[in-house]
Amino acid sequence: MTEVIRDEEGRFVVELEGEIDLERAPALRKTLLDCVRRGRDVLVDLSRVTYIDSSGIASLVEALQDAGKSETRFGLIAISPEVMRVFELARLDKVFTIHPDLGSALEAGA
Amino acid sequence: MNLPKGERLLELRFPAQANRMALVRQTVRSAARFCGFDEPDTRDIVLAVGEACQNVILHAYAESDEGDVVLGILRDGDRIVVRVTDYGPAVDPTVFKPRDLRDLRPGGLGTHFIRELMDTADFGPAPDGLGNVLQMTKKTKSQEREGGRL
Repeated sequence: MTEVIRDEEGRFVVELEGEIDLERAPALRKTLLDCVRRGRDVLVDLSRVTYIDSSGIASLVEALQDAGKSETRFGLIAISPEVMRVFELARLDKVFTIHPDLGSALEAGA
Repeated sequence: MNLPKGERLLELRFPAQANRMALVRQTVRSAARFCGFDEPDTRDIVLAVGEACQNVILHAYAESDEGDVVLGILRDGDRIVVRVTDYGPAVDPTVFKPRDLRDLRPGGLGTHFIRELMDTADFGPAPDGLGNVLQMTKKTKSQEREGGRL
């Protein structure tokens, strides 16, 4: 898994690529929490993520909860059908704010 | 736990370390395709087995920090049978249950995924009394259709 962090109109966009599993999840957790704790809104682009398991989901849930505490927004964009299935299995597809693409997320003010 | 005989496809023994998981997933993916599963079912099997191995890495060897996992894959008629064995301390089988998903918190989803994605999942002591076994099975859709025609 690789990750790129961009500044997009004052918010962090974290672009992830590849497989997010137990090996990669600790680094992802740290990246996301670092972004959230800087007090900015965060969007995570999952369009190039091909696999995610419960450890990756856990990192996203923790960041979402941290964002809630600091009253910043935390959203997901461009989830592939394969990864969406995992969110649906975890009943998290309605818990996260999920945008079809970056443009929609920015339009929505996310 | 009923251990079916089945046709042995492969057995893989590997250290219970997170950096082995990509290799394990590739092996499971190949085995599921070999058994005739379509891509969505293959992805489900890969995720379920990944979660099972992850449970071993996180829990079975939590105290010793090292140990092996043995992944056995069999074909039993129209089913794939996957056994994940560890050699850690015996675990109470009742802990192998999914958590309440309404409780939003990180972690604890692996068992839920396994139960949702596989047809059966049984956890118990290894037959030789050393360690624990999680045995999962899943039927192929094509075989189900074929079975329906017979």
